[in-house]
Amino acid sequence: MAQWNRSGYFRSSVSRDVNPDLKAERRTASFSVERLTAVLDGGADNTRTRRAMEAVIHRDPVFSREKQYFQSQNERYEAAVRKAVRLKEKMLQRGWTENRPETKYFYRALGGDVAFNVHRVFKNSILALGTDEQIAKWIPLAEKYHIIGTYAQTELGHGTFLRGLETTATFDTSTQEFTLNTPRISAMKWWPGDLGRSATHAVVFAQLYVKGECYGLHPFIVQIRSLRDHLPAPGVTVGDIGPKMNFEHIDNGYLMLQSVTIPRENMLGRFSQVLPDGTYVKRGSDKINYLTMIVTRVEMLWVEVIPALQKACTISVRYSVVRRQSKLNPGEAEAKILDYQTQQQKLLPLLATAYALHFMNAYVNKFYSKGYTEIREGNFDSLPELHALTSGLKAIITDYCTAGAEVCLRACGGHGYSALSGLPFLYTKVAASCTYEGDNTVLFLQTARYLVKCLAAVHAGQPTPPSVAYLSLTNSGKCWVRTEADLLKPDIYAEAYRRRASRLLSTAAAKLQALIQSGAEEYVAWNRCTVQLVQAAKAHCQYIIVKNFIDTVEKLTNEAEIQKIMKHLCDLFALHGIFSNTGDFLHDGYISGDQMDLVTASYLDLLAVIRSDAVPLVDAFDFTDENLNSALGSYDGHVYQRLYEWAQKSPTNQQVSRAYESYLKPLFQGALSKL
Amino acid sequence: MNQDLRKERASASFNPELLTHLLDGGAERTRRRREIEALVLNDPEFQHEDLNFLSRSQRYEVAIRKSALMVMRLREYGIADPDEIYWFKRMCLGSFVEPLGLHFSMFTNALQNQCTVTQQDKWLPLTYGLQIIGTYAQTEMGHGTHLRGLETTATYDPATQEFILNSPTVTSIKWWPGGLGKTSNYAIVLAQLYTQGQCKGLHAFIVPIRQMGTHEPLPGITVGDIGPKFGYDEMDNGYLKMDNFRIPRENMLMKYAKVEPDGTYVKPLSDKLTYGTMVFIRSLIVGDSARSLCRACTIAIRYSSVRHQSELTPGEPEPQILDYQTQQYKLFPLLATAYAFHCVGAYMKKTYHRITGDINQGNLSELPELHALSAGLKAFTSWTANAGIEECRMACGGHGYSRCSGLPDIYVTFTPSCTYEGENTVMMLQTARFLVKSYTQVSSGQLVSGMVSYLNDLSGQRIQPQQVAARPTAVLINDPASLVEAYKLRASRLVEAAAKNLQAELNRRKSQEDSWNRTSVDLVRASEAHCHYVVVKLFTAQLSEINDAAVHAVMSNLCLLYALYGISKHTGDFLQAGILTNAQVTQVYQRVKELLAAIRPNAVALVDAFDFHDNHLGSVLGRYDGNIYENMFEWAKKSPLNKTEVHESFHKHLKPMQAKL
Repeated sequence: MAQWNRSGYFRSSVSRDVNPDLKAERRTASFSVERLTAVLDGGADNTRTRRAMEAVIHRDPVFSREKQYFQSQNERYEAAVRKAVRLKEKMLQRGWTENRPETKYFYRALGGDVAFNVHRVFKNSILALGTDEQIAKWIPLAEKYHIIGTYAQTELGHGTFLRGLETTATFDTSTQEFTLNTPRISAMKWWPGDLGRSATHAVVFAQLYVKGECYGLHPFIVQIRSLRDHLPAPGVTVGDIGPKMNFEHIDNGYLMLQSVTIPRENMLGRFSQVLPDGTYVKRGSDKINYLTMIVTRVEMLWVEVIPALQKACTISVRYSVVRRQSKLNPGEAEAKILDYQTQQQKLLPLLATAYALHFMNAYVNKFYSKGYTEIREGNFDSLPELHALTSGLKAIITDYCTAGAEVCLRACGGHGYSALSGLPFLYTKVAASCTYEGDNTVLFLQTARYLVKCLAAVHAGQPTPPSVAYLSLTNSGKCWVRTEADLLKPDIYAEAYRRRASRLLSTAAAKLQALIQSGAEEYVAWNRCTVQLVQAAKAHCQYIIVKNFIDTVEKLTNEAEIQKIMKHLCDLFALHGIFSNTGDFLHDGYISGDQMDLVTASYLDLLAVIRSDAVPLVDAFDFTDENLNSALGSYDGHVYQRLYEWAQKSPTNQQVSRAYESYLKPLFQGALSKL
Repeated sequence: MNQDLRKERASASFNPELLTHLLDGGAERTRRRREIEALVLNDPEFQHEDLNFLSRSQRYEVAIRKSALMVMRLREYGIADPDEIYWFKRMCLGSFVEPLGLHFSMFTNALQNQCTVTQQDKWLPLTYGLQIIGTYAQTEMGHGTHLRGLETTATYDPATQEFILNSPTVTSIKWWPGGLGKTSNYAIVLAQLYTQGQCKGLHAFIVPIRQMGTHEPLPGITVGDIGPKFGYDEMDNGYLKMDNFRIPRENMLMKYAKVEPDGTYVKPLSDKLTYGTMVFIRSLIVGDSARSLCRACTIAIRYSSVRHQSELTPGEPEPQILDYQTQQYKLFPLLATAYAFHCVGAYMKKTYHRITGDINQGNLSELPELHALSAGLKAFTSWTANAGIEECRMACGGHGYSRCSGLPDIYVTFTPSCTYEGENTVMMLQTARFLVKSYTQVSSGQLVSGMVSYLNDLSGQRIQPQQVAARPTAVLINDPASLVEAYKLRASRLVEAAAKNLQAELNRRKSQEDSWNRTSVDLVRASEAHCHYVVVKLFTAQLSEINDAAVHAVMSNLCLLYALYGISKHTGDFLQAGILTNAQVTQVYQRVKELLAAIRPNAVALVDAFDFHDNHLGSVLGRYDGNIYENMFEWAKKSPLNKTEVHESFHKHLKPMQAKL
C-alpha cells in the first residue's frame, strides 16, 4: 500500500525507486534479462542501435505522447503531422534513407503514431510499378515532401475483391489524357490514410477503358490538391471519413473524382502502358504486385502487431504483481493477483504467444528476404509459398494479438478500462489489423487454397515446398504418451499438431472433392467447405508456429538459461493450444481422453513454473516507459501514484463545466433550506 | 428502401411482428413501448449532434442536458413504471450512458433499502426531487471485488456524535464511481467502521461532497474526474479523497447495523438480504448482454445483406456477403446466442420478482442458489456478448471500425460489464463454490434441488466415460431436449472432475485457499459448463411457449443452432466424457452448416424482430432502409477534421517544411 508521504502528496512519477513487489520479482529471475533482450533483437549490437534510436526519439519533446490520451481528433492529427515533419528533419540530419535499420527502429519507437505512413506506400508503389522515368520524376519530389502521396485503392463499396472496384480511367487519344471518374457513391475511394487532409497526390487504382474496352485495374498518379494553397484540385472532392475506433491521428479519407484529367504519362507503366494511339501494351509479369502486399504485411507484423501484444503483456504482467486482491492464505497480506491460477491462465499463455510470434516473425523475415531477392531477379518460384505463408500468418498473428490484447485489458480489472492504462489504445489499434491489408477470413482461405493444391500435388506424387512437406508423411499410429513428462517432449506435441493440421486439411479437401464429384460447381462446393477450410488453414499456421518455436529453442544452445526458460514457454504455448482445442486432438483418437487429462495437468503445472519468471520475461521485451505510455505498466511499478497524477491532467479537471451552471444548478435549487 | 433488404424481408417465412410481441412479453407491451419511443422521437429537444464528433467535455455537457430533460419529460408524461422509464431512457441514450445513472439506481436503491424510516423521510424526497444527486462510492483505486480489503475509514467520535471519514492511503482513494467526478453533490460511501477502538467492517454512509449553491468541493473533500476511458466518454467517473471529513451519526445507513450515540455497535440480523439487490443487478446485466448482442447482430446482418463482395459464381454480380458460409458461421450462432440470452434475462427477472415476494415473507431458501447462479450467468453472458459484439464488428470489415457503424460504441459501452458488479472470473468461482457445495452434499447422501439437481444422478450412477460411451445413441442431435441432456452430462462430469481435483489438492496440503486456487481453472470450466447447460435448457423450454407455427419453426432452428454450435466449440468435453462419439461430432459439424443455410432466408427478419429504431441503433451500417453508402458520406462530412477545407496543420507544419526541403 502506497502511503502518503510527509507533505501529504505523492512523489513525482520520475522517481528511481522501484515498487518493492516488482523489485522482488526481478531478483529471482532464472536468466539474464539483458541477454534475452539481445536474443530478441538478433544481437547485442542491434539492441544498442535500437536503444540509441529510442533515446533520440524520447529526448525530443515533439515526440512526447504525454497528452495523447487527452487530445481531440484534430489535435492528434496535428501532432502526428508535426512528428512526421520532425522525423524527416532528423533523418535528413543523419543522412538516413527509409531502408536503413535505424529508420525501422524509429518507426517502432514511435509505435506508428506518426503521419505519412501511407506516403511510404505511395513511394513503394511507384518504385514497384513505375517505369524508370516515372521513378526519376516522382520519387525525388516525394522524398523531399514537396508532394505528399497516398495509395487509393479501397472504395466505399469494395474492399478485398479488387476486380469489383468501380473507379474508371478512360483514355482519350485526341487529348492524350486519362479522364478519371467516380461513377457512383459506392465507388468513392474510402479509408486511405493521409488522404483526408494531407495528401497532394494519390496513386489511384481504376478500371482502364480505351476505345470502349475495359482492360481491368491499373494504377494512376493523380494530383488531388493544389501545391500552392492546398485546396482540392478541380473536379476533386476530398475529406476525412470521420472518427474511428483508433487511428485518430491519421486522416483516413474519401476521394471523389469528377472528370479529372491526367496526362498519359501518369499511368504507372512498368507492366502495362497505353501508347499514344490507344494501343494497350502489357509486358512482363505483374506478379511482382504481390510483393508489395507481402512487404506491407511482413512490415506491419513487426512494427505494429506483435509489439502490441508484447506491450499489453508487459503492462498486465507488471500490474498483476503490484495489484493485490483478496487473501490466498488467512493471516497473510492480500495476494498479488498474478498468484491466482486463473490470472496466470489468462496472461502466461499470451506471454508464451508473444514469444512464439516474435520468433515466427524472425523466421518469416529471413524467408522473405531470400524470396525477395529471387523474385527481383525474375525467379517467381517461391512466390506462391511466400504469399500463402504470409497470408496465413498475417491472419493468425493479427487474430492472436488482437484477442490477446483484449484479454490483457480485461485482466487488469477496472483500471484496464481506463485510457491511462494504455491498453484501450493498444487494443483498438491492433484490432484494425484484422481487416486492413486483407480481411483475415479471406487470407485464411487464400492459404487454404494453396494447401489444397499442395495436397493434390502430394497425392499425385509431386514434390512440395518445405513448409508443406509434412503433408506427405503418413498418419498411422496413436500418441504413446503415458506421463506428464512425456508431454514436455517437443516431438510429441509437434506430431500432435501435425496430425491435426493434416487431418483437418484432408477432411476439408475430401469434402470439397466429394461435392464436386456429386455435381456441384466448383465455386459452390468451395463456399460450402469454407468453414472447414478456414479451420484447416489455422491448424496449419499453428503447426508452423509451434514447429518454428521448437527449432528456435533448439538453436539457443550457447544460452543455457535462456534456452531453458524458452523451452518452458514453448511447451506452454503448445500445450495451451491443445488444451484450448481438445476436440480437434481427440477427434480421430490420436490423443485419448486419459492423455488429455495429462495435457491439462501438465499445462497447469507449467503456469506455476513460468510464473516466477513472468516479470523478467516481459522486461526482456525492453519497452521504455514512453513507449508503453501506461500508468499501470511502468518499469518502476508506481501504479497508483501515476493514475492519480495523470488523472489530474485530464481536461475535464481543468475547466469549469458549463453543465453545472446550465443544468445542474436549477435542479439543486431549494435543497439549501432542507439540509 | 435498399432492394436487397426489401427482398430479404419479402422472403421471410414468418411474421416478425409476432416474434416482436413474444420478445416484448405481449402485443400490448409492444404497442406501449412504441408509443413511449415515439415521445422521444418526436421531441426536437432530444436531438443533438453525433457524440462521436464531440470532445469529452462537450459530450458530458450534452449528457447532463439530456439527463435533466429526461427527468422533466418523464414527469410531464407521468411515466413511472420501471419498464416504461427504461424504454424511454434507452431511446434517449442509444449506446451511451448518463452521468445520473447511479443516482437513479444504486444511490436511490441504497437509500430505499438501507435507511431507517426516519432517514428515508429526510433523504428520499430530496433524492426524488434531484435536489441532491448522489453516487455510490465503493470501489477504491487499490481494491475492487474483495470488499474486505477496502481501506476507507469512518471513525466514530462520541464526543461530537460524528463519524470522521478518511482516505488513509493512495490506494484507498475512491476511484471509478459514475457521476462522482463532476455531477454528484452527495455520495454513499462504503467505509470500514471504527467505534470504541474496534473495526466493525464495511458500512455505508451518506456523505455530502459538494457545496450547495456553488457546487464547489467541501473542505476536506478532494474530488475529480479520473480521465479518459475506453468508452463512457460522457460519464464523469470520479475519484474521492476524504481528509478528516466529519458527518453526523445519523448519516450512517442504519436499517440493519447501528451505532448508538455512545458508540455501541448493534449488529445486523442477516447478511443474505443484500443478495436480493445483487441478483437484481446481475439480471439487468444479463439482459444488457442480450440487448447489446441483439443490436450488434442487427447491424452486422443488415449490412451483410447490403454489402456485396467478390464472386461466388464467375460472371455473376458480386453476391451479398451474407451468402458466404464463413460470414454465416460468424453471425448466425451469435444471432442464436442473442435470442438465447434474451430468454435467460427474462427468466432471471421473473425469478427475481417471484423470489422477492418470498423474501418479504421471510423465506430465503431459494436465495443462495439464485445468487450463485446469477453470478455465473452474469459472467457467462457478458463474456460471450463481449466477444460476440467484436465478432460482429469485424464481420463488417473496415467499415465496422468506423464510428459510424455504431459497433465501437456498443462494444466500449458494454465491455466494462465484464468487470463491474463483480469481475467475471470471480463470479464464475462464486458459482463454482455453490456447485462444489452441492456436489459434496450429494456425495454425503443428501439431495439437492433446482438447476443443480442433475448432480443427484451422480451419486447413483457415477458417470464413467466407458459407461456412457456404451450408449452412444443416447444423444439425438436433432432433438433439443436430448441436447439439454448432453449439456447436463457435460456439466456433471466437469463439476465432478473439479470437485475431485479440489479434494486431491486438499489431501495434499492444509490451506483451503491454496487448494482452491490450484483448482480454479477446473472450477471455472465447471461453472461455464453449468451456465451453458442452464442457457440451453431455458432456450429449449421457451420453444414450448410459442404458439405460432412459423415462429416456432424458425426459433427451433435457432435453438438447435445454439446448442449444436456450442457442442462444436467444445467437442473435446463431449468426446472425452463419452457423451458423443467421433461420428456424432462429425454430424454435429455438418448439421451446424445445414442450419446456417436454413436460417439464411430469415436472417434479416430475425433481426428486424428485435425492433430497434434507427435512433436507438445509432448505426449508419445498420439502418433499417439499408441506404448505407450515401449516409456514410453525409456522416463523414460532419467530421471535425472537415470543418475547414484546408486543415490548419498545412499552414503550421507542412508549408514551412516544404519551403525548407
